[in-house]
Amino acid sequence: MSKRIDVSDLNVYYGDFRAVEDVNITIEAKSVTAFIGPSGCGKSTFLRTLNRMHEVIPGARVEGKVLLDGDNLYADGVDPVTVRSQIGMVFQRPNPFPTMSIRDNVLAGVKLNSRRMPKSDAEALVEKSLRGANLWNEVKDRLEKPGSGLSGGQQQRLCIARAIAVSPEVILMDEPCSALDPISTLAIEDLINELKDEYTVVIVTHNMQQAARVSDKTAFFNIAGTGKPGKLIEFAETATIFNNPSQKSTEDYVSGRFG
Amino acid sequence: MSTTKLVPKAGAGQAAKGRIGDKVFSGAALTAGALIVAVLFAVALFLIVQALPTFGAAPADITGGEGFFSYIFPIVIGTLIAATIALLIATPIGVAVALFISHYAPRKLAKGLGYVVDLLAAIPSVVYGAWGASFLASSLKGPYAWLAENAGWIPIFAGPASGTGKTILTAGIVLAVMVLPIIASLTREIFLQAPMLHQEAALALGATRWEMIRMAVLPFARGGIISAVMLGLGRALGETMAVALVLSSGPLIASLIRSGNQTIAAEIALDFPEAFGLRMHELIAAGLVLFFITLLVNMVARWIINRHKEFSGAN
Repeated sequence: MSKRIDVSDLNVYYGDFRAVEDVNITIEAKSVTAFIGPSGCGKSTFLRTLNRMHEVIPGARVEGKVLLDGDNLYADGVDPVTVRSQIGMVFQRPNPFPTMSIRDNVLAGVKLNSRRMPKSDAEALVEKSLRGANLWNEVKDRLEKPGSGLSGGQQQRLCIARAIAVSPEVILMDEPCSALDPISTLAIEDLINELKDEYTVVIVTHNMQQAARVSDKTAFFNIAGTGKPGKLIEFAETATIFNNPSQKSTEDYVSGRFG
Repeated sequence: MSTTKLVPKAGAGQAAKGRIGDKVFSGAALTAGALIVAVLFAVALFLIVQALPTFGAAPADITGGEGFFSYIFPIVIGTLIAATIALLIATPIGVAVALFISHYAPRKLAKGLGYVVDLLAAIPSVVYGAWGASFLASSLKGPYAWLAENAGWIPIFAGPASGTGKTILTAGIVLAVMVLPIIASLTREIFLQAPMLHQEAALALGATRWEMIRMAVLPFARGGIISAVMLGLGRALGETMAVALVLSSGPLIASLIRSGNQTIAAEIALDFPEAFGLRMHELIAAGLVLFFITLLVNMVARWIINRHKEFSGAN
């Protein structure tokens, strides 16, 4: 239920503008990988190329390879819809569907492509996914209520439940805690620790303590200046990045002398 | 108050000025709001007062000789038939056009198409009426004859088909063309406002574009679509010129492809210039009925929109 990702020579463009340059990185299965770096360095852009969400933006395109256990996501004939159903995503702002109940939100991805499932299976999946997102006890009595009535932290966990309900290989998280209070953040971080037993997790974060707390490996992205493409500067064990980085700019960033 | 830290000395005059501006604006807004209510009330009052003699008159004096209800009933039904045909045709096409412009068409094409749709809305209704009467009606004669022959057992297609093509169905189609740009351009605006956040959520779950639209765009736009359809319905119910030109009117009949039926608005427009005395009060009473139908339709629409408020995303 989890796969590794190998990225080679990946360049990301918005129209003529190159936003990310020559990324090579290997993301191990069943691990948490954090992307850190200053704003605008392309880490979110790069994350969105891993499930082909990047191309939703008009004019955006990608050159290079992203291999999911050896299968190139950008090969000819690969349907981005299939890619996205295998690689789930959690966004910066919690975005449960406001027109759906909590239950329907969890089942939203499963019901796609007109897949039918018996009611008892659906109930079991709702409970399993919500338990997996540490949300079950808080919402089990109000599954029929709209998802938008939950608190921000609960909404974000609902989004995680929705993502894991489709049993993805990989879960991408784009600053999942930046709109949450410290207690909700802690709940999500605990959850990320549990998720890595089953899934490959990639998380973009602005919070370096968070990267240090949750991730096994950390990638540092940086940008030479405005208008220049973002680059992967250093990728190593999280402890190495924070205690003994090999690049000067990484050290400046993690020690707070920059950005 | 003189030593308060919140208002710096130099800014004291400014703050007072700001307060005057505030008062002027809130007064202007209140006046505008009150004016709307006053105008609506005045119109309703005028209609009721002018219509009263009709309700007091002897049934034999009313057109048709059987009282006001027998007079108004057929043209109310005729109005509703024409408007229903218009909406049945225009709603699906309008929503589809809007979706194509907002979510499917390449950006350049979408812009051009948007302008064309807006232009359609700007064409005066008399032009649509002339087009319907001189071109559409005659080109529909053949299809109507075919319908009468092959589907004549269905009451609404009962023959013999009209020889001129000037039927309530033709009028309904002309109304549909007129209502279409209203529905298309309003719903397009709503679709464009559907939150990117939820559209991306759907796509990231592995939704196709159509599934994404069903999950994140249509539910969001539901209230807006209903409002757009109601605005279109308002135009279809009240449209006068096009119907007056296209429809060769007559008594109420079930068949849509024979001459016959009449709408309230066209009846008023055609008969008013020569009406005097009771006949004039009668026509105003017909206008009052149309006023209430429109009011009712809007109230129902509002009720439908409110019923799903909890799930609308407004909270």
